[in-house]
Amino acid sequence: MRFELGAGGAVTAIEGPLVFLRRVVKAGLGEAVEVEGGDGRARLGRIVALDEEGIVVELLESTAGLGIDDVTVRFRGEPMTMALGPGLLGRVFDGVGRARDGGPPVPEMVRRRVDTGTINPATRGLPKDFIETGVSSIDILNSLVRGQKLPIFSAGGLPHDRLAAGIAQTARLRGEDEAGFAVVFAGIGVSHDSAESFRAAMEQSGALEHTAMFLNLASEPSAQRLLTPRYALTAAEYLAFDEGRHVLVILTDMTNYCEALREVSASHGEIPSRKGYPGYMYSDLATIFERAGWIKGRAGTLTQLPILTMPADDISHPIPDLTGYITEGQVVLDRALEHRGIYPPVNVLPSLSRLMDQGIGEGYTHPDHPALAQQLFAAYARAARVRVLSSVVGRDGLTETDRLYLDFGDRFEAEFVNQGAMRGFDESFALGWEILAMLPPGELARLSDAQIEAHIAPVLARAEAEAGDG
Amino acid sequence: MTQAIITSVAGPVIRARREGGFSLGEAVHVGEAGLLGEVVRLSGDEITAQIYEDTTGLAPGDSVEGSGLPLSVRLGPHLLGNIYDGLLRPLAAEDVAQRYHLRPLVEPGESVRAGEALAEVEGPAKAQVLLVPPDISEAKLDHIETGEATLDDVVARLTLPDGTSREIALAHDWPVRRPRPVARRLPPDEMMVTGQRILDSLFPIARGGRAAIPGGFGTGKTVLQETLAKWCDADVIVYVGCGERGNEMAEVLHEFPELEDPRTGRPLMERTVIVANTSNMPVAAREASIYTGVTVGEYFRDQGFNVTLMADSTSRWAEALREVSGRLGELPSESGYPAYLSSRMSEFYERAASVETLGGTRGSLTVIGAVSPPAGDFSEPVTSHTKRYVRTFWGLDRGRAQARFYPAIHPLQSYSEDAGGLVDWWTAHGNPNWRTQRSRILDLLEAQAGLERMARIVGKDAMPPTQQLTLLCAGLVDDAFLRQSAFSPTDRTCPPDKQTEMLGALMRFFDLAEAAVARGMKVEAIAGARFYRRLARMGEEIADGDPTRFAALVEEMETELAGLGREVSDAV
Repeated sequence: MRFELGAGGAVTAIEGPLVFLRRVVKAGLGEAVEVEGGDGRARLGRIVALDEEGIVVELLESTAGLGIDDVTVRFRGEPMTMALGPGLLGRVFDGVGRARDGGPPVPEMVRRRVDTGTINPATRGLPKDFIETGVSSIDILNSLVRGQKLPIFSAGGLPHDRLAAGIAQTARLRGEDEAGFAVVFAGIGVSHDSAESFRAAMEQSGALEHTAMFLNLASEPSAQRLLTPRYALTAAEYLAFDEGRHVLVILTDMTNYCEALREVSASHGEIPSRKGYPGYMYSDLATIFERAGWIKGRAGTLTQLPILTMPADDISHPIPDLTGYITEGQVVLDRALEHRGIYPPVNVLPSLSRLMDQGIGEGYTHPDHPALAQQLFAAYARAARVRVLSSVVGRDGLTETDRLYLDFGDRFEAEFVNQGAMRGFDESFALGWEILAMLPPGELARLSDAQIEAHIAPVLARAEAEAGDG
Repeated sequence: MTQAIITSVAGPVIRARREGGFSLGEAVHVGEAGLLGEVVRLSGDEITAQIYEDTTGLAPGDSVEGSGLPLSVRLGPHLLGNIYDGLLRPLAAEDVAQRYHLRPLVEPGESVRAGEALAEVEGPAKAQVLLVPPDISEAKLDHIETGEATLDDVVARLTLPDGTSREIALAHDWPVRRPRPVARRLPPDEMMVTGQRILDSLFPIARGGRAAIPGGFGTGKTVLQETLAKWCDADVIVYVGCGERGNEMAEVLHEFPELEDPRTGRPLMERTVIVANTSNMPVAAREASIYTGVTVGEYFRDQGFNVTLMADSTSRWAEALREVSGRLGELPSESGYPAYLSSRMSEFYERAASVETLGGTRGSLTVIGAVSPPAGDFSEPVTSHTKRYVRTFWGLDRGRAQARFYPAIHPLQSYSEDAGGLVDWWTAHGNPNWRTQRSRILDLLEAQAGLERMARIVGKDAMPPTQQLTLLCAGLVDDAFLRQSAFSPTDRTCPPDKQTEMLGALMRFFDLAEAAVARGMKVEAIAGARFYRRLARMGEEIADGDPTRFAALVEEMETELAGLGREVSDAV
């Protein structure tokens, strides 16, 4: 604690989350402060603007109950920090890193700034370890690798929570044990029941002792939402780079984060950009998402699985749009697939994993995995085009080949994308070839003759033998 | 040194009360940590500066020190093979004791002029030349070192006409916002070979040209930029990662040292300079990184190299301009961008050129800028202003990218103003028919778009055979020629002579198939023929410079198409 400004005299105005002080002490931009009202309750805040006369403090908690004359302000003399040490896992914290499970505070080994400096790109290792998620449409077509940031673009009412919890339970390297694995869950403005259902899912699978949760509930102040992912990531970085764990960070829901950013920006009187969001939203989101990765010489990795709900299912809305420009791909959930009862309703065409090529193929998964993925995409894209055509001219107006594509598309969704239990990589891989074999080999221009011989021919031979038996 | 005292801090912008003279564009050091900044506005006693580093902790009362110099970067032979931040400060540990070998090209006593080569410099990367600084129009060489020297050693001394003497070191500073002078600009009549068929054959770019790659997220801008950086036939690549992902920089750093430049057999990294200002680095430095990159490009151009600059992405640069402009309280124009966005962009793109250097050699700087339009909408301000300043436009298409059809360049939205000037180049490189072949393919793709709209109404089955054939041919052009697999070692780059062979084979196919269909042959029979699959996969299956296999393929096609045609006419 550096300074304390006594009650009265210092505060000139209180507007929403902002407290305006006369500049009677020397304090720097971004410094953390505590503001205590007449009710004796300390509220956390930070300095957001400074000039010669005044200081503007943004409070992360409700300003209700503060009066101009009875406020005490304490300056911490440093930016927002978090105490880190062993015993983070298995705990539940609030949006600004305070224990909310009734347990003791985490023993302090180190204290870190929550908005850390940037990772020097020259010290980054290249993410390339394939993670088996158990979801065919991700493992085969949009593979996740360690150190990647792969968001789920979802929308209200879609099962993104279930998918994220499922991935958190199964995601492992192929053939690796579970030691050194951890999950950090940051609930940003989430409802109580969605936080609880995630906790229950993790408990059920026995993974709760590998999980740390940071919860900013929907009922809590929105300014806090700006800090929740930062506290969660600071903890995750400690788990990954100090304790050497492979950490999967689930951030949900980033849309609430962006809404809070807009709200706070508006209260500062900043010039808005698209749809009222501040012009720096891209840079701001980047400071969160770019904290994924691995650093050369460190044992652990930090993988992010942020979830956002697209307002009005619109992928061109600024939130998914800017996110897509920062993250290394996206998994897009689709309402039409959900309506047809397909789980997980992953629309593979707009989905993408940019780091996939580094983690699949020879030495990682299977040498022919890239070709399989390419051919499935090409065929399913054609099937989607044929579907549009057939909706106008009808199935009879299609050529023979186009009708095959139509059947391929239906089977691909019903059997490959749709899955009850989680599937291993090998199972998904075999299923992919089996479905491709519906198409005449002449159509498979992305496959070499050797690949057709090795994977498609056996499927056809088996089908023929079965037909013969029948 | 002049000084000032900070009066207010807001994000990357500070205001300060000055004591002494500051000039616009002057580099300043701020606070105890000496954060680097640049003066952007002067008004009475107040200066405004943008700070290129994290301003957390700065407070009113902190001091600002003027440097007396415009914002400059340090240029020298050490740049190749390394990674720098937006202001050209090393991100990886730099070997300050690195020694370079000097071989003088001029004898002491001789007179030299601006831009003339003084010595050849050999270091860990490719050989470079030490030039007379551009601001010395004439001088006499007094002394020059032979043998080993470090970057900052004085290696030569010149006497100017006024009798003063000037010391020359291997490295020197240059202001980033001032273009380096040249003798004259040359017309864009030499092609930069990219090794990508859709670019070289349909939308080529000349050396010294300017191209833009706009595309929504996930359409493959970065992959295309990286592919170009790997396989284009430039001597030096300057890769500016402006507000993009850190892992992408890691990828370049990881991959380039292992890849071989097909022309020299040396690691690709040795011809590459990376300027990285990733999305989470301070926003004002993002604005400077573009100028830093282009200044580095000009430095190598002046040595007579063909340089290609990749800027990924110019939209992030424009957003940095917007953010700083907003903090300065300037009046916003379209979409909140400052009114000077367009003139800043033209300044940047105009620094690309094919030139005769001051030293009399030929060099070029080609600029390729990626654009990230919000929601993939090409009518937004950055894309539309960019269109006014580039000559080559490679528009990326979401539909193609979703089908994993790479490079996902849309042939009907893209254009190249350089194409007209490159007909002679193609003729000199073995393809006198390039112009007609190119327009035949573009016509075909245009026809395809029209017919597909029609097929949506009447159904493909109801279309006459000639139209079905047009669709088949266009589909073949897409699959066999425009698509190129970045993962296939044979197909990831395609030299011009292979492109010529492939175009020749396609043209022959169009003619033969047309004749066969006229004879009554079924279009589906052509698509099912054995050679058709070979033709569709020729890029991956036929290695570079193997014309005999192309000849064999064409022969097979001729026999089969003629044969199939005869069966039909016999049956009739």
